[in-house]
Amino acid sequence: MSHFILDSNDFGLSHLGVGDAGLTGVLGYAVVFTGLCLLLAVLLISGSIFKAKAKKTAVIDLPVEPTPAASPELAPGSAGEVKLFDVPDKEAAMIMAIVADKLGKPLNELRFISIKEVKDDEV
Amino acid sequence: MDIINTLKGLLTDSGFSALMANGGWQNLIMIVIACVLLYLGIRRKFEPLLLVGIAFGCLLVNISWFYCKLSSGNPDALFHQDLWDAFLDPADPAYHSYGTILAHGGLLDILYIGVKAGIYPCLIFMGVGAMTDFGPLIARPSSLIMGAAAQLGVFLAFFGASASGVFTGAEAASIGIIGGADGPTAIFLTTKLAPGLLGAIAVAAYSYMALIPLIQPPLMKALTTKKEREIVMKQAREVSKTEKILFPIIVTIFVVLLLPSTAPLIGCLMLGNLFRECGVTERLSDTAQNSLMNIVTIFLGTSVGATMIGYRFLDVQTLLIVGLGLVAFACSTVGGLLVGKLMCWITKGKINPLIGSAGVSAVPMAARVSQDVGRRYNKNNYLLMHAMGPNVAGVIGSAIAAGFLLKVFGG
Repeated sequence: MSHFILDSNDFGLSHLGVGDAGLTGVLGYAVVFTGLCLLLAVLLISGSIFKAKAKKTAVIDLPVEPTPAASPELAPGSAGEVKLFDVPDKEAAMIMAIVADKLGKPLNELRFISIKEVKDDEV
Repeated sequence: MDIINTLKGLLTDSGFSALMANGGWQNLIMIVIACVLLYLGIRRKFEPLLLVGIAFGCLLVNISWFYCKLSSGNPDALFHQDLWDAFLDPADPAYHSYGTILAHGGLLDILYIGVKAGIYPCLIFMGVGAMTDFGPLIARPSSLIMGAAAQLGVFLAFFGASASGVFTGAEAASIGIIGGADGPTAIFLTTKLAPGLLGAIAVAAYSYMALIPLIQPPLMKALTTKKEREIVMKQAREVSKTEKILFPIIVTIFVVLLLPSTAPLIGCLMLGNLFRECGVTERLSDTAQNSLMNIVTIFLGTSVGATMIGYRFLDVQTLLIVGLGLVAFACSTVGGLLVGKLMCWITKGKINPLIGSAGVSAVPMAARVSQDVGRRYNKNNYLLMHAMGPNVAGVIGSAIAAGFLLKVFGG
């Protein structure tokens, strides 16, 4: 591996020994892991800053809008619990996709509480 | 008018007269392969957007062999392999001369310049960025670990190809990247490191990506327990608009500084995503994910198919590439699943390990497979959005893997 960085062009054109190939593979996998772990750390830090900011905003907003009716649970979005009344799963998924498309918003930013089939005699 | 001589001339100039001459049988086999690929793309819907273009490019170039032999002196040829051989030969006056290609090349030569210069894969990455919602990854950054783990196949296949003694280091690196399950990345790296293997690697990469619903589920079943497959994951936190706008900027600065050779791929991926998220460039986002993406897909598919000339494609190397590609795909899936299991154990059952297999890129096919397998065991389980996290992390992971291999073998 002494010529590893010094003359990478020759390294690429030659047939590697098992040792060199193994070492390059392990090093490459380690580089991918290190890169993504560092990115993870950056995202965790920025995420915690945004979470703290969101909490602060929520606390400030609380006296202005004292409506405690909201559920403490996180909005489940389309992938969470949606109550279905006489609607098969496939049709519900289709309806949610159509609504998201019409609104021009991604599904995970929408909250569906329930979907109910309106029968002819109910209209 | 001498009717007999005219007819004779027409016959000798036609491709039919050379069907079996000068190794023409190889091109006939390639025409059959092209028809099989067209069948798989059209009838079986195996990655049709690219496979149909690749197959038709292959068909055109192998048919044109019969009437023009693809030599640079023949203006009728669509693709001139000898021009590209000269382009890569440092001793040739036409070495790295795009001018020679433009002056003497045919239609497919000129389209292939975009592949050779690494333009098409990057533009496709821009479209992918514009179509991708990185929200699930931002909401659960730990998905990045699964995306990294799922690059296992890249380096195992690289090791296997090197150890076989058949391939050089650069060729082995290009074969390994098939395990990243990312077509544009595979084409980008192969064009830089082993252009002679481009056709085989592109076909292997896209064929296996299309076969993900067949390759992954048996491995997912073998490596996870029924209880693990039934785990319902909690909805991740909401991601603000500001975070989504900052994400592509942060990733570009961070990853490109870490590994500058990833700049073309990561830069374009994140630029496309910024178009999508910033809210003031809707027209650009729309163009990147629709018109531009479609145009580049046509150019890329057809010109990559043109490299599948019989005498270059039909050899033992191609069979080895197809075999190693399958190993790469399977190992990448195993890597993602094993880390998914580890994360399931660490979080005491809060993470469904099935989402680990989505770390192999192939957006969004791999995430859909996680969703389908999860729902087979628990009808009320919706894993799609959770699996999108490792899925898009895999795109970044495979770009980093490609950047590393390019740095080591590309000089």
